[in-house]
Amino acid sequence: MFATAVIVFREVLEAALLIGIIAAATRAVPGRNRWLAAGIAAGIAGAGLVALGTERIAEMASGIGQELFNAVVLGLAVVMLAWHNLWMSASGAALSADARSVGSEISSGRRARSVLLIVVGLAVLREGSETVLFLYGIAASGGGASGSMLLGGVVGIVAGVAVGALVYAGLLRIPLRWFFAATGVLVLFVAAGMASQAARLLIQADVLPSLATPLWDTSHLLPQTSVAGTLLHSLVGYEAQPAGMQLVFYVSVLAAIAVGMRWVHRKSEPRHARR
Amino acid sequence: MSRIARLVALSIAACLPAALPAAAADAVFTLVIQDHRFQPPELIVPAGKKVKLVVENRDATPEEFESHALNREKVIAGKATATIFIGPLKPGRYPFVGEYNEATAKGVIVAQ
Repeated sequence: MFATAVIVFREVLEAALLIGIIAAATRAVPGRNRWLAAGIAAGIAGAGLVALGTERIAEMASGIGQELFNAVVLGLAVVMLAWHNLWMSASGAALSADARSVGSEISSGRRARSVLLIVVGLAVLREGSETVLFLYGIAASGGGASGSMLLGGVVGIVAGVAVGALVYAGLLRIPLRWFFAATGVLVLFVAAGMASQAARLLIQADVLPSLATPLWDTSHLLPQTSVAGTLLHSLVGYEAQPAGMQLVFYVSVLAAIAVGMRWVHRKSEPRHARR
Repeated sequence: MSRIARLVALSIAACLPAALPAAAADAVFTLVIQDHRFQPPELIVPAGKKVKLVVENRDATPEEFESHALNREKVIAGKATATIFIGPLKPGRYPFVGEYNEATAKGVIVAQ
């Protein structure tokens, strides 16, 4: 049961952390909770479908369908997170000044909500499908142990969600003045980490060269399976033995979004100054 | 979709080098999963070369091939076969597990 809980916890954690961060970052968006719930529900439904279709997805594109599918899901999430950060850079100053002023930006607010829905949905879809498959495997193999192992699965899900909730509660304690800057930086690193994961999948599928395998090896210093390693992996994309190409993706996405944020922020400044 | 989002998507795409087609003559090695165990448990592959690993899951339940040393992770449905590209590897031992049945599904790839 314990082993099951740990595996499910690891799968759930990544999505839960992302949801915690996104939920905090969108605290000022009206109707956020409903959209968040809708995103999670859509993600769970999608995870079930993906789990059902695992074999068919895997067989696509001559055996690398799973990698391509997951890389596309990650790529979409990166684009959505980038969009979120750019939108926040454009309107963040106004948000910090007065959380209610978002109400006047209804149209952008609506777009932010659909981004929220999609990002959360994609995160749950990706991590959830593996959890569904794993739990299905346990249930299907039957035997006396499967009951307690399924219970382990529930424990894992609850623990993962609890960590996500903790991160959310922790982020909310950041003073409003720095709040949107802090969540923006977090989202930036999460997006870069996702880009690096997408690169790893494309290397695994032999679509991209690895450039160096591994670029560095810190598996003795900070193994990725450790608690700290797992957390850092989810939050900033830490990997103990990354390929060179992953770093290329990581740095490119980090730089592209950061530059975009500065540019959008500078462009929107005169507007705020006039107020 | 807004202009900003399109701009971001384009700039990300522009940062990526063009996808390279797979080299034709990769060495192919096969692993079989049966009764939540890998066969052979120790697989010797050439070092310094890209290797195509074919994993055949003969169990009815899904399995996840996972190796932190190899930096690889792939779900394999029950009664299905998956392809995973690894390397080029430095000489050494690279352990892997079937994450869904870690107690029995263990193996190591030896690059030499």
